Amino acid sequence: MGNQLDYDKIEKRADVRKKALNIIIYIFLGFWGILVLFPFYWMILTSIKSYGSYNTEYIPKFFTLSPTLENYAEAFTAVPLGSYFLNTLIFTVITTAVMLIVIIPAAFAFARLDFKGKNLLFTLFLSLMMIPNELVIITNYTTITNLDMRNTFTGLILPSVVSVFYIYLLKENFAQIPDELYYAAKVDGTSDFKYLVRVMIPICKPTLITITILKVIECWNSYVWPRLITDNPTHFLVSNGIQAIRESGFGRENIPAMMAAVVVISVPLIVLFLIFRKKVMEGVARGGTKG
Amino acid sequence: MDNKNYKAWLYLLPAIIFLGVFMVYPLIDVFIYSFEEGYNSASQTFFGVGTYNYSYILHDPYFLQAVKNTFILVLFTVPISTGIALLISLGLSSIKPLRNLFQTVYFLPYVTNTLAVGLVFMILFKKTPYTDGLVNLIINFFGMSSVNFIDGPYAAKMFVLCFYTVWVVMPFKILILTSALASVKQDYYNAAKVDGTSRLRTFTRITLPMISPMVFYLIITGFIGAFKAYSDAVALFGTDLNAAEMNTIVGYIYDMLYGNSGGFPSYASAAAIVLFAIVLTITCINLLVSKKHVHY
Repeated sequence: MGNQLDYDKIEKRADVRKKALNIIIYIFLGFWGILVLFPFYWMILTSIKSYGSYNTEYIPKFFTLSPTLENYAEAFTAVPLGSYFLNTLIFTVITTAVMLIVIIPAAFAFARLDFKGKNLLFTLFLSLMMIPNELVIITNYTTITNLDMRNTFTGLILPSVVSVFYIYLLKENFAQIPDELYYAAKVDGTSDFKYLVRVMIPICKPTLITITILKVIECWNSYVWPRLITDNPTHFLVSNGIQAIRESGFGRENIPAMMAAVVVISVPLIVLFLIFRKKVMEGVARGGTKG
Repeated sequence: MDNKNYKAWLYLLPAIIFLGVFMVYPLIDVFIYSFEEGYNSASQTFFGVGTYNYSYILHDPYFLQAVKNTFILVLFTVPISTGIALLISLGLSSIKPLRNLFQTVYFLPYVTNTLAVGLVFMILFKKTPYTDGLVNLIINFFGMSSVNFIDGPYAAKMFVLCFYTVWVVMPFKILILTSALASVKQDYYNAAKVDGTSRLRTFTRITLPMISPMVFYLIITGFIGAFKAYSDAVALFGTDLNAAEMNTIVGYIYDMLYGNSGGFPSYASAAAIVLFAIVLTITCINLLVSKKHVHY
């Protein structure tokens, strides 16, 4: 009887301890969640406060009773935010499209075709993955400047196209497709190109989507190269745009309008992420890096 | 066979052209640049060949400041972010309800524009005539006086930079560690439970060794990433980082290349190669250490 009681006690104590630990874990996770979300909340909140009310709040309020959209109007009229946006869209779409056109055949050749020097070339490709961007950007800057392609989309896009890593990723995926399919297609007299387009690309669609999303994120957030190669606001991307807004922007310290611009810039990628959440996280886990 | 060879090279041609022009050639060129003394970008001439460029940047106070800043940033943010990420991932893996929500929220900083969100951080920390900024109000609440984080003392600026860097790099680390933890077999934990192993012991003897390859991977990529820090600093302190004493090595390279003090590709190249050498050394040291401590 006494034993039974002890056992109950121990079980109860373990239960309490487990619950306490759980509460601590939730508090900790919740705290980090707030730390992550708060800047987003703050930028949305500030963007809907009017200029006047923002500047009279010595102690900023955590909510606003008179939300206004005037800052968004200001962000699009006082600075060419719309054109920054359009530039980024053009840059992102073309860069990603050209990248796909370049890497798909390359990955196909490495995965499917036999040719002399294949292994050597592939090793060379892989070793290029270790080369940091900072090392090559200097000459690229000179090249593009000498070609008179500053402030053009060609100059912006060309050096941003190829990523060796994506060739590698796609090649690995292509190589997983069983050889039998290829031989069957060959027997039917299908050409290599047709096989690539009709069989391999559809099978590897998930990987291609992942690569596309990762590249879009990369393009949308790219700052260094656009900054080096554009000094004319007509070709600014959103990152340069936001920097220009920060430095000379609205003619005065109009922080609510600045925040409206920040919201407009951040929303597309957040929406893209929420739609393709699984794909983005999988892709990043497989090979994205940042920090 | 010849026909096949020729076809394969045709498929590879676009990639080879792009990589050749924008990666291989620049890679060779940057070494050449770094040894050309007195290069003039307008006339594309130079006086001689030697190591003057290296000695110039190594005596340039701005470069030394940038190196110092970068090292402080690396030494603080890499251990702190990896540590917190480990705690968060452990927390995530031990709960069920709300887990997906937390994971999604934690990942958000990854998909946001560093420059844009950096502005929000600047506003939260900045002290202006209108307001001390939210962070300062919190500090005041705890009875301390306001600090000018953005234009103030060096330590305060460094703190903001480190804080923002940690905030930016966390999503990647949490994601990698969470999936590493998920791949540890439940059998090991069950066996430990049968033996009545304490939580701490389970962690140090099972979890940590099992995920140690991923932790080291994160430390290495973390070092590399932090050494290349630049846009976070720009977001917080503006493009004139030298004036703010907040420049990083990468920032120094770009400033040498372009901008108010720019037009010196030779100095920029020398600085880039110094950076590359530092990163390579640290990565090699990391790899050596990890060979000793990673358990399989």
